[in-house]
Amino acid sequence: MKIHEYQGKEILREFGVPTPRGSACFSVDEAVEAAKKLGGSVWVVKAQIHAGGRGKGGGVKVAKSMDEVRSFAQQILGMQLKTHQTGPEGQTVRRLLVEEGAQIVKELYVGMVVDRASQRVALLASSEGGMEIEEVAKHTPEKIHTVRIDPTTGLTEAEASKVARDIGIPDVANAQAVKVLQGLYRAFVEKDAMLAEINPLIVTADNRVVALDAKFNFDSNALYRRPEIVAMRDLDEEDPAEIEASKFDLSYIQLDGNIGCLVNGAGLAMATMDIIKLYGGSPANFLDVGGGATTEKVTEAFKLMLKNPNLKAILVNIFGGIMRCDVIAEGVVAAAREVHLNVPLVVRLEGTNVDLGKKILADSGLPIISGNDMADAAQKVVAAAKGK
Amino acid sequence: MSILINKDTRVITQGMTGKVGQFHTFHCKQYANGANCFVAGVNPKKAGEDFEGIPVYASVLDAKKATGATVSVIYVPPAGAAAAIDEAVEAELDLVICITEGVPVHDMLKTRYKMQGKKTILIGPNCPGLITPDEIKIGIMPGHIHKKGRIGVVSRSGTLTYEAVGQLSALGYGQSSCVGIGGDPINGLKHIDVLKLFNEDPETDAVIMVGEIGGTDEEECARWIKDHMKKPVVGFIAGVTAPPGKRMGHAGAIISGGQGGANEKLAVMEECGIHITRNPAEMGRTMAKVLKG
Repeated sequence: MKIHEYQGKEILREFGVPTPRGSACFSVDEAVEAAKKLGGSVWVVKAQIHAGGRGKGGGVKVAKSMDEVRSFAQQILGMQLKTHQTGPEGQTVRRLLVEEGAQIVKELYVGMVVDRASQRVALLASSEGGMEIEEVAKHTPEKIHTVRIDPTTGLTEAEASKVARDIGIPDVANAQAVKVLQGLYRAFVEKDAMLAEINPLIVTADNRVVALDAKFNFDSNALYRRPEIVAMRDLDEEDPAEIEASKFDLSYIQLDGNIGCLVNGAGLAMATMDIIKLYGGSPANFLDVGGGATTEKVTEAFKLMLKNPNLKAILVNIFGGIMRCDVIAEGVVAAAREVHLNVPLVVRLEGTNVDLGKKILADSGLPIISGNDMADAAQKVVAAAKGK
Repeated sequence: MSILINKDTRVITQGMTGKVGQFHTFHCKQYANGANCFVAGVNPKKAGEDFEGIPVYASVLDAKKATGATVSVIYVPPAGAAAAIDEAVEAELDLVICITEGVPVHDMLKTRYKMQGKKTILIGPNCPGLITPDEIKIGIMPGHIHKKGRIGVVSRSGTLTYEAVGQLSALGYGQSSCVGIGGDPINGLKHIDVLKLFNEDPETDAVIMVGEIGGTDEEECARWIKDHMKKPVVGFIAGVTAPPGKRMGHAGAIISGGQGGANEKLAVMEECGIHITRNPAEMGRTMAKVLKG
């Protein structure tokens, strides 16, 4: 689960990481009020969306007067901000962060991830702040310093101090940097984060170390014990279809093709998308109905897919396993009736009671096309989507 | 022979008395030698009771002492699953298989740390388990699609494993053992560990390895195969069409930071001499072609 920058900064402050003073604003007037309260002569007006690359897309502006604060807030609030992470349609800006300006001397990168290979939390740090870390990793990997953190000690003072020197933080600010890095680690562990980034972490003209940005992604499996994180969820930033799916414990991701896929199991669901593509079609979604595909879940899954205006055909691919195919077939038939299915439906069933399942589909009187195996089903649905 | 488990394996079920545990224990007990293999359950509140004639003990250690079991399978809900693994590790079992889906990553980081230097092998979490056909099934896979034979199967995904097994069985190729290693980023055995076991198993002739997007485990395994594997390997990676940054169901199935794409994985696997197929419906036939030369 992702949160906004201003929320990430609240968490950082809770763990002793300095950030610029600022506040979240939902209207132009609030933005001007916030700037007045902050005082000073330079303010930063920042679009709050769950995507990176906001500056390049015109979502971050430096204002040098109240008039500028007002006009930038007017420009940014409500805009469709397009960045490399939002997709071509962009994301509507509904919230702003208005902050005091900072005098930047150095821009650095620090991040934390769950490192699969070492099975530890890894700190990544680089002198190349403000840039995309993927690009730095690709072109100048020697500029990325990594510490794989021992969970019993946490990030030690010695480790943090060395990293701070390695990325060019001046010695006079080293102690502050140690606090920042250790605070970030504690936030990462204590809030069940999967990813945390401060990009850039800056050194100011008066040698303060300050987090100018904050990006967090939390482990959705741990949200049951993090109500304070759940409270930060912003549904406006999420795909409505994906939110609807999560209510029914369905895993759904909208894609740009026209063949809907309903599958049990994440691996088989991906493989089903792949085989559709292989036979010249294009998947409209990823949809994993999970282990217990009840009639209710299958019905909701159909409803979700049918909301997609691009949809031309549906492929149901179920490897029944312990779940019986006759039960699934009944679910598919009931769902197809309830939603008044108006696109071709191809069903491939395999597993326990498969013959009975196929009979239920055939006897239903619904125009269901039966697929004998995965390849046959994929070829049939691709043809159906092309109107053949 | 087989890898990791056989008809003589004795199994403790942690979380046997819950709804999921009961359902799968019932089916595991019915499969092949299951009635002799599943000898104990664990639930501190229900010690002394039984399920389907399988006695319940207060702890893994009690169950081990009473029955001599060396393996456990876990159906405990996510919040307690890592602690259940810890208990099995402290009881010095040989193998623990965690079926539970949705275990917090930070719990697994701590558990994996505590496992360092311990003898216990972990499979999962978020996995279907493993099976040695006609001998023993530990987990949630449908037993009847399997057939005894000489092909090893290892996969990160449940139903995609069944797909591979179903294709092999339909073509007449049985399996020595099938291992579902699970879809989480922090887990026990990786592809490479299971391939090493199949390589040493005299009753495995070839292996199907099924991977998916996310991480670099398949690449690492492929490089090991190139240098050490004595048997042919067929490979498939799910997620060629998956967009970057989107988590495809499994916590570990995400292309991020320019890593973990399916095409990159397939390219490395092909370079390392693995017989890859890009068509998930062709895993069985690709194996048949390889074996026929």
